[in-house]
Amino acid sequence: MTSYREAVREAIRAAMLADERVFLMGEDVGRYGGCYAVSKGLLDEFGPERIRDTPLSESAFVGAGIGAALGGMRPIVEIMTVNFSLLALDQIVNTAATLRHMSGGQFNVPLVIRMATGAGRQVAAQHSHSLEAWYAHVPGLKVLAPATIEDARGMLPTALADPDPVIIFEHAALYNVEGELAADAGAVAIDRVAVRRAGTDVTLITFGGMLGRTLDAAATLAEAGVDAEVLDLRTLRPLDADTILESVRRTHRAVIVDEAWRTGSLSAELSARIMEGAFYDLDAPVARVCGAEVPMPYPHHLEEAALPQSAAIVDAAHAALGR
Amino acid sequence: MTASDATTEIPADVESAGAQADESAHALHLLTEMLRIRRFEERCADLYREEKIRGFLHLYIGEEAVAVGVMQALGPEDAIVATYREHGHALVRGVSARAIMAEMYGKQEGCSGGRGGSMHLFDRATRFYGGNAIVGGGLPLAIGLALADKLQHRARVTACFFGDGAAAEGEFHETLNLAALWRLPVLFCCENNLYAMGTAIERAHSETRLALKAAAYRIPSWDVDGMDVEGVESAARRAADAVRGGEGPHFLELRTYRFRAHSMFDPELYRDKSEVEAWKQRCPITTYTARLRQRGALDDAGLAMIEESVVREVDDAVAFAESGTWEPVESLTRHVYSDAPSQGTPP
Repeated sequence: MTSYREAVREAIRAAMLADERVFLMGEDVGRYGGCYAVSKGLLDEFGPERIRDTPLSESAFVGAGIGAALGGMRPIVEIMTVNFSLLALDQIVNTAATLRHMSGGQFNVPLVIRMATGAGRQVAAQHSHSLEAWYAHVPGLKVLAPATIEDARGMLPTALADPDPVIIFEHAALYNVEGELAADAGAVAIDRVAVRRAGTDVTLITFGGMLGRTLDAAATLAEAGVDAEVLDLRTLRPLDADTILESVRRTHRAVIVDEAWRTGSLSAELSARIMEGAFYDLDAPVARVCGAEVPMPYPHHLEEAALPQSAAIVDAAHAALGR
Repeated sequence: MTASDATTEIPADVESAGAQADESAHALHLLTEMLRIRRFEERCADLYREEKIRGFLHLYIGEEAVAVGVMQALGPEDAIVATYREHGHALVRGVSARAIMAEMYGKQEGCSGGRGGSMHLFDRATRFYGGNAIVGGGLPLAIGLALADKLQHRARVTACFFGDGAAAEGEFHETLNLAALWRLPVLFCCENNLYAMGTAIERAHSETRLALKAAAYRIPSWDVDGMDVEGVESAARRAADAVRGGEGPHFLELRTYRFRAHSMFDPELYRDKSEVEAWKQRCPITTYTARLRQRGALDDAGLAMIEESVVREVDDAVAFAESGTWEPVESLTRHVYSDAPSQGTPP
């Protein structure tokens, strides 16, 4: 069995062995072993030149990653959480995403930024949010959300091979999840939505940390005789709208599950895309199950109440089916 | 050829005469470079009034000695990261006046294909990395370029230009700390023109001697008269040589002054005309011209020749930009992503 954490670590390790231009930098990635222990052991194996502990200077070390990428390296920059990444938002949005365009195609930025996202660990309102949609809003960036161990292992090498900046969101609640990983597991394509469960009655669309709950909901629905299809977005930008529309045209119903706040969210974007592309195929309005619009509270019961629950997904699917 | 390259066959007095000729040719080069910036930008201001150039236009007039002096210390292998007031840096770095002017027009023959405009000049051939218009935003980029050089064991310098305004940004402090901590080969060139747009330095900085801020990060730093091109050059050479020699980042605070408004929209309500006039007495071009005349390195005919060649270059650049072409609207979404497909097997 391999954990999601080990899969990410193995991806970093393999990339560093394969290409000496690859290096990892971020807060506590070295001696501490990574705030989520992802890079544990890598300092011993690769040394401090390639596993670089940085000061708490998100803007400087993300920008340094951009410059190093321009200078011929293949940096992996780790940011502790998406909340902290806001301190580097200027470098990501104003520089990484724009350089290729502003320079008329002369300078591309082959940079990979990894960061943890999401709630579920009672770490309250400054360490728990899901701001993937903010990044998915920006042309020039690619945004990935590995929800499985296979993707945790395979998306990083694909991102490193990409000539443009790629942001990988690792849901913090997934690091301990274990599963089988093939011995020869390697790079995976990042241009397609994955059908995690095939079905005919309703399409449940989700990504990242909500995939597990959505699959649980599909299992519950199956017991009630509802055959749900579960789509895992995997790549949040650019969106693979074709696969989503193809599914919705077959099932005629869609429920979107998004841990983030509803207003201005990816769920809103998906709903609009479905309306634009499959309006006449729908038998029910597109439904959304989203995080409550509140900064994440600390107590366990309130945190759970703020997050999409499997039961709510089941209810939304039944409602879409008119039951 | 410098004096030290001369063979022993050459008698000492001839050698010294040769060195003197080199010296005076170099001095004329410095003057020419400053005049190229001045005349190019004066024409830009005219073209802005004619609405040929649009958007923001930030002129460097008054500050020419800084870019010209620093650039003498850099070789083709080095990199430059500049700000939105960067026409002069690009020009002196070797980006053609044609490509820069075409960029100001927004034509596709411009050095950024017309996509950037005045504030976003880029050029791969001369390692000119912008043209960065977020104040302070270029500093992290510069240490990243330097980090790549360090990791790949290349003895190169990345010169990073920014203003006194940037020194109030968090990115300035984060970057200086990291550069010093990792001993990165960066030459920080702080162009202190005393105003962050319209905010005077004493209204924005608790410590107005900006070189001291760098010293607090244990970066060797000097304040330099930015109106004296030879002084800037010699300080930049010392600092760049040290950076290239592996001695870590160095910092120059170049004290200068912007003669024109911040941008073409600026009514200049924040400073007295008398202050501007006083600084104009220290114009780097006028004072250097006088110095060269005094040394006997320049006469009226020589100056006229330089002016003529500069005007010809600017005229040619304008003609080039005028005859340039507009990018077809059909290619609007180009350059957002690279064309190369991503790899990997399907999920």
